[in-house]
Formats: sequence, structure tokens, C-alpha cells
Amino acid sequence: MQRIGVFVCHCGTNIAATVDVGAVADAVRGEWGVVYAADYPYMCSQTGQRMIIDAVKEHALTALVICSCSPRMHEATFRRTAQAAGINPYMIEIANIREQCSWVHKDIASATEKAIVLARAAIAKVHLNTPLTPGQSAVTKRALVIGGGIAGIQTALDIAEAGFPVDIVEREPTIGGKMAQLDKTFPTLDCAACILTPKMVDAAQHENIRILSYAEVVEVGGFVGNFHVKIKKKPRYVKEDLCTGCGICTEKCPQKQVPNAFNLNMDTHRAIYIPFAQAVPKVAVIDPDACNMLKNGKCGVCARVCSAGAIDYRQEPETIEEEYGAIVAATGYNPIPMDAFDEYAYSLSPDVITSLELERLTNAAGPTQGQLQRPSDGRHPHTVVFVQCVGSRCSADARRGKEYCSKICCMYTAKHAMLIRDKYPDTEVYVFYIDVRTPGKNFDEFQRRAVEEYGVHYIKGMVGRVTPQGEVLRVQASDLLNGRQMNVDADLVVLAAAIEPDKSARALATKLNASMDTNDFFTEAHPKLRPVESPTAGVFLSGTCQGPKDIPETVAQASAAAAKVIGLLSKQTLLGNPCVAQSDPMLCSGCAQCAGVCPAGAISYEDKEFRMPDRSMKVRRVACVNAAVCLGCGACTVACPSGAMDLQGFKNDQIMAEVDAICK
Amino acid sequence: MQKVTQAQLVSRARQLLDDGTVSRVLGWRRGDFSYDVTPAVFSDTGALERDFVFDVFCCANLSKYLIREANNDSKGKTLIFLKPCDSYAFNALLTEHRFDREKVYAIGISCGGMMDVHTTNALSPDGITGAECEGDTLVLHTLYDGDRSYPLPDVLPERCRTCGHGHAADCDEWMACEKTEPDEHPARYSAVDTLETMTEEERFAFWQEAFSRCIRCNACRDVCPVCTCEKCVFDNPKSGLENKAAADLFEEQMFHIIRAYHVTGRCVDCGECSRVCPQRIPLHLLNRKMILDINRSWGAYTAGAEVGQRFPLVDYRTDDPEASVRADGRDDK
Repeated sequence: MQRIGVFVCHCGTNIAATVDVGAVADAVRGEWGVVYAADYPYMCSQTGQRMIIDAVKEHALTALVICSCSPRMHEATFRRTAQAAGINPYMIEIANIREQCSWVHKDIASATEKAIVLARAAIAKVHLNTPLTPGQSAVTKRALVIGGGIAGIQTALDIAEAGFPVDIVEREPTIGGKMAQLDKTFPTLDCAACILTPKMVDAAQHENIRILSYAEVVEVGGFVGNFHVKIKKKPRYVKEDLCTGCGICTEKCPQKQVPNAFNLNMDTHRAIYIPFAQAVPKVAVIDPDACNMLKNGKCGVCARVCSAGAIDYRQEPETIEEEYGAIVAATGYNPIPMDAFDEYAYSLSPDVITSLELERLTNAAGPTQGQLQRPSDGRHPHTVVFVQCVGSRCSADARRGKEYCSKICCMYTAKHAMLIRDKYPDTEVYVFYIDVRTPGKNFDEFQRRAVEEYGVHYIKGMVGRVTPQGEVLRVQASDLLNGRQMNVDADLVVLAAAIEPDKSARALATKLNASMDTNDFFTEAHPKLRPVESPTAGVFLSGTCQGPKDIPETVAQASAAAAKVIGLLSKQTLLGNPCVAQSDPMLCSGCAQCAGVCPAGAISYEDKEFRMPDRSMKVRRVACVNAAVCLGCGACTVACPSGAMDLQGFKNDQIMAEVDAICK
Repeated sequence: MQKVTQAQLVSRARQLLDDGTVSRVLGWRRGDFSYDVTPAVFSDTGALERDFVFDVFCCANLSKYLIREANNDSKGKTLIFLKPCDSYAFNALLTEHRFDREKVYAIGISCGGMMDVHTTNALSPDGITGAECEGDTLVLHTLYDGDRSYPLPDVLPERCRTCGHGHAADCDEWMACEKTEPDEHPARYSAVDTLETMTEEERFAFWQEAFSRCIRCNACRDVCPVCTCEKCVFDNPKSGLENKAAADLFEEQMFHIIRAYHVTGRCVDCGECSRVCPQRIPLHLLNRKMILDINRSWGAYTAGAEVGQRFPLVDYRTDDPEASVRADGRDDK
């Protein structure tokens, strides 16, 4: 029988204001097995922990129940306390009387009653706790970064600098991501390529970095410190090691009408192409949907002109399998599609464009060599209207857009407006906005400059409709500050489309077993205190895959994620989680239902010999769990019809005892 | 439909026993009454020729007996005759690795519907002394009422009247039968439809009344071809669910509802649970309701249609039709 000590925390007034903590301690004092119960203002403080250690010694306690905050906050703290007191750290139970009680109730009497019930449930469970010992596992000293935008590049560079090998897996033929498509960057207006491409080159040349471009992660197995990842490298039909990037093939290829995705399909490239001049790796790639040779075997021009002999029409997808100690998700963002916003005539007129398209139209390497021209007729626009928050802050109509603020649009719109006024002073620029949100170092000053120095017309109010009329775009909008309707005849309308996580993120999260929010942004382990870690051990988050961010914030988070990875990879061994599933071979029928639900692939089967009551031997197929791979999620324990599968620390009889104690 | 005869089965079984292909035969023999036929294992030709029965009363599903007869330790193969409905149980058991296929010689046989004891008794409560079936005519010899005849298709039990089973097993041999796809009977769910149209109170009352008759004999569990755990949770004191005296109705409800959940997605709808229930509780309706719900939520699914299936409730796929499960959260329905 256990000798149980119960410690009720006030958490200042967090708990004590709503729960009568003294009454909780009094109520559980008479429970079976409880030999000591006390309350204290801060159980997690050093004095509080000292109090626990002293009580253990004085009353020869064998198990502890702490009534306090969520185990996510302080379970580790109290496990260490138990260990310091000479008790197995798994002989404690936390009754969460803060998040699940005092914070969600107002009435003291009922909150106190609930706190007592929660304490009783924890006491009932701790009676059945058994000492557990975590296993140890080695750490593979190699990191995987998924996504080769500025976030992934920065994370990889920092990890590589610390001396650990890193692989960057990039879906596109080149790293660089969205930042490579941008023209200038706020608030300093330096050219995106000028600051990004040196980092791309650094990554390419770093001895610890391997870039797997045109590749995708297909399968992730294993666990923190020991991930096993399958990466599929799509065929480029060009040998990476031979191609010199001279570009002759991209000039001679007869298939000229392939939409250029890098320029957002505003111009075309050949069937064999290099995405842009500073691409890394600078290796050509053949679009198999456009190449005549690959489609019907009739052409072969690129192979004839390639002096390096790099063209290989028979290249097959290649699967790379690698072990990693840590994985960083850096999958980035995309502007949302404009299909649901017909009132802005995006699909009706080529002169209604998104901000990212404007970046390409103003970029010297873009389809117009940096000359601002209307896509329809190539004329210079004299009136430009910017529409902010297209799909952002759409709380009234969340099916159409996003409820959140995309964060970067106010600043890049100010940048666009300013740059247009600077280069083409004869152009009138209007910006329609809901609010202007420019917190950030030198951000508000930047936006004020657009208004005060460059004379951009900022009008509070949204655009109701854009109607193409002949050569102009008739913009109907409201001017809320002056209380009037406005009509502007614009030559070009630019939509600040909301940003959303890349579509590949959801599938990746499934493979990584990492959680996501309803908007498909990766969830961090703690929104304030662990912002670059996913709740899944060994998986870290970098950049906009975790939430909207500008470049400075992205880079800061990328380096923070790298620091966490370096910390992990510096360890020689990791302590495992002893709360893993275990199968009782005497009950197991080997039906394999558990294996079907195991997200970690931790369950296998073996033929085991049993001695029968008549002393004969019988061989049966039974399940066995790889404790190092098991995540302790417990899915198998509920799938198992016979109850053979049990989760250490959360055994079926422990859960039943808790339920019984609550229902009593 | 071409029907197989007892003589054909006995002759083929005898051949296979004689040439050593199999060491025993799973079949049926007469029970206490002529219309009460029970599963049996034959290992010598004498017993086979004397006792082996195959007639319209061979309703028992033999597949579950393979767990005992065909495993690593058994010597030689076991011959089993699989009716269409049994073939799904056969596949489901193979999917769960409950017997060794190498140790089985399976012969698929045709079936035109089988009478069970309850249904036969219900036809003539006046003491049946004997029964036989000539073509499609069922003849009962009764104590007080002489011979009474019935057109078989009209008097078959519900599970056979609404049978849509194909023949799903990969048999070693076929007799008057071949592998066929299921063909859903339009009336399969009519009893479930009736339950669904009831109000909550009516439905609760219906099941309360049904479960109140339960005597916890465990026949439903013991006959069920997918209830094959080495040790049932209801027999395991550690589970906290072990066989308790039926102090109140809750115990029976708990037993049947937990059992229904344990076989959800695995139930092959053979109807054996209702057949063996001495209290005539329509247990198969619980399972059919679950089958219907699974079909509605995850698309049509036939448990036991093939070996190696992944049951909808314990399977995870990124393209799951259920929006809450799908990787992309999209709802196709």
C-alpha cells in the first residue's frame, strides 16, 4: 500500500481565489492511503519543494499527489523534486486544479468541490502507479531542414556553423523561396536578391550543408534523436554533377511557351530552364509536361547543345534514406488564391494583380525588366490603387478569407507605394486600408514617409468593386474618414492578398506527427515560452510555417530554431519516455489492430512459445512494442479489444480508478 | 442454384482423408433433434460416413473452429466447407492472423439458405419429431399435426432471406459454387431503418426490453467469428469489466454495447449472435447499425471481403473520406 502525500498549491491567487485550498487539503486527508496533506502558496518555489522533500522524509511517503497547474507546466519540476526526496519520479500525479478548475470556474463552492474530486482521482491513480525508468538512446548528429527559403537557409547555416551536418530539402529546383521573388525589402529598401543570394551561395558552399533540391520528404519514422527519413528526389533530367549552368540549352530549346512560375506566369520560359540567374544549385531542369523529347521522343536539342553531356532523358526519381537527430519545418507561405474575391475583378482584367506579381513587375530580373507596365497593354500606369487586407481579417466571412492579420501587407504596400512614387512621380497612388498596422523597428517611420514625403493617398475604407471599363479600372470605394463614396479610375489595381501556409505543410505535419492550428500553421510547444519548438520532440519550426512573419522576424526565428537544434545535437544521449505501450503476451491474440493505428510504426509481431496448462508448448503470434520508437500516445490501448496493450503510467486500470473516483 | 449434396461432400472429404491431404474434417453432425445440427470434427472415415450431415439445417458457421484446428502446432491440414456467409468470417480471421492458411484445405460450397432451430420451432410449436427438405419444400413431421410442408424461401430466417453475401474466400476447391462479389439485398437494413425511425425514448425502451432478457450465457460472444481474443476483457479481472452478477440492467447493456464496439468494423454480419441467443435478442441489429454507420461515414465497407483489409475504425489514411480525419481537412461528402 502507498503512503501518499497530497500537496495543494495556491498558485498565489490563481487557484486560491476560486478554490478553497485549505478545504481541499482537509477533504483528502481522510482518503485511503493519504498520510499527509498540506497547502502552500507556491508549491513550485524552492520552499514549496523543500516542504515536499521534508514531508517525504518525515512521513515515509511513497507516492505524491500535487494539486496545482497543468502537468505541462510543472510535472517535470515535481518529478525532479520526487527524485531529490528519494522517490521514483513516476510515483507522482498532478491534479490540474488551475487550468481545468480555478481558471474555468467562478463559484468558489463548486470549484472547491471539483478540485477535491480531481484530487481524489489523482489519489486513486497514484495508488496504482509503479516506478518507471526511462531508457536511453543515442543522438544522430545530423539535422534536416524542410524548405529552402530564407528561414530554412538561415537555420541550416547556423546549424552548419556549429559543426553539425545539415540537409536542406527543397521542393523547387532552387533554394531561395519567396524572398528570391521580392524586389526590395522594407524598411531599408535594400534589394532582396542582394542580401539573399550571398546566403544562398554560403549554403551551397558550406561543407556541412547538403542541398537536396527538387526533392520532397515522403516518409518520416523514428523519434527525437533518431528520425529515419525517406526523401524523394524528382528527376530533373539533367545530371546535377555535370551541368555547369551555362544556360545554352535554355536558349536553344524550341519549346518556348512554358509559363514561368518564378515570374508568377507573367512571362514564359523554355521547356528546359534555370529558374533565375542566381539559382542555387545553378542547374537546368526539364519540365516533363512541356518537353517534346520526354512527351513523344521527338527533339533532343538540349542534349545536342550541352557540351557537358549533362542531359539525361531517362533519369528516374531517386529515393534517399537518411538518419537525422532533429527536423526543422520551414515550409513557408503562399498568397491565397483570389478566386473568391470576384468584386476586385482579378479574373476579369490582367491589370488587377497581386502584390507578389507587382514585386516581379518592378524587379529588374522580372518580365518587364523592372519597368512598371500594365500587363494588358504595356503602358505605364498613371493611377495605381492598392487594396489592403484582401482575405486578411475576414472574421465576418471566414470561408472566403482568413480571420488573422497577414502582418506583412501594410509594410510592403507602403514600400510599393513609395517606390512607385519615387521612380514615377507622375503617378497617383491610392492605398485603401482598414487599419494601418506598422509595429516594428523603423516601421511606422517608414509608412509615415510614404504619406508625408511621397504623397501617397492613404484612404481609410475598403474598395467595394473594381469594374473594368475600356482601358481603365473603375474603383468604387468608401472614404470613411470623410464619410463619402469615392470613384477612382485606375490603370492598375494591386491586391494585398492574405498569406496562408504552404499546402504541403498539412501533409508534412501528418508525417512528422506535429500539430497544426485550424489555419494550418504549425503549432508551437508553448505560444510564449517555446515558440520555435513543435510539441513533437525533435521537430522545430522556422519562419512563416508557424505564423505570418516579415523577413527580420523570420530570420530571428530561424536562428532560434537552429539554437534549439544545436542544443539537441550537442547531447550524447537522450533520456526516453518510460510512459510507453507494453503488450501482455498472455492476453495478446496477435490480431494486429494496434499496428494499424500506431502512428510511429512501433509495433511488430513475433512468434512466442507458451507453456500450456498441460505442460505442452504452444506457439502464438503476439505484438511487441519498440519502446524507443513508441510515442506513448495510447492509440493502441484503445484499439486492442482484449486489453493486452497497456500504456505504462496510464494503464487501463489506472484510468478506470480515476473514473471510478470521479463518479463515486 | 445448383446445390451440393451430403453424399458429394462426404465422398470428397473421404478422398481427401484417404490420400492424406487433410487429417481431419470440419463439418456438421446431428444434435438432439433432426433439425438441430451442430459443428463437428471428423478424423476417421468411419465416423465421417456415419455422422457427417449436410442438409438445410447446417446453419452453423464453421470458420471460428479453425483457430483451434489450424495453427502452428496442428498436424496435417483441416478440411473446411465454407458457405458464402462463412467465407467472410474465414477472411476476417485470416486478416487477424487467427489461423494458419497453410494448415487449411478450404472447399467453397453453395447455399440456398439454412434453417435454424428457433425458426423451425416457430413454424410448428406442436412438437417436431423430424424434418427434411425436398427441393424447395420443407417438411416437418409433428407429433399432433402430422406432416406439414412449407415453401423454404418463405420460411427462412431473416439473415438468409436478406442474404447478399457473395463468396469471398480464396478456396482450394469449389463445389457448385465460385468466388463471387456480394450483392446487397434491398431489405438488409429494413429492421435497422425501423429502429432509426423510432424516437429516442422508443429506441431506448426497445433495447432495454431486449437486454433485460439477457442471461449472460456468453453464447453470442463464444460463437462470434471475430470475438476471438485469447482472453476476453469480460473474463479478465484486471480489466474491471469481468463477468459480474447482473445486479441491474446496466451490466447487460454494458456487455452488449462494449461487444458491439469491439466488433465494429470487423463484424462480417453472419448473424450467428442472434441465432445462438437462447433469449432471442436481435443482437445482429446492433452490428448492422454499426455497419450502416460505417458505410455512411467512410464509404461502403464489407468486412471479410478480402484478406488483409484495414478496418475503418482502426485505420488512418491521409485521404480519409471523413473530414475530421483527413490530412487536408476537406469534406468530400
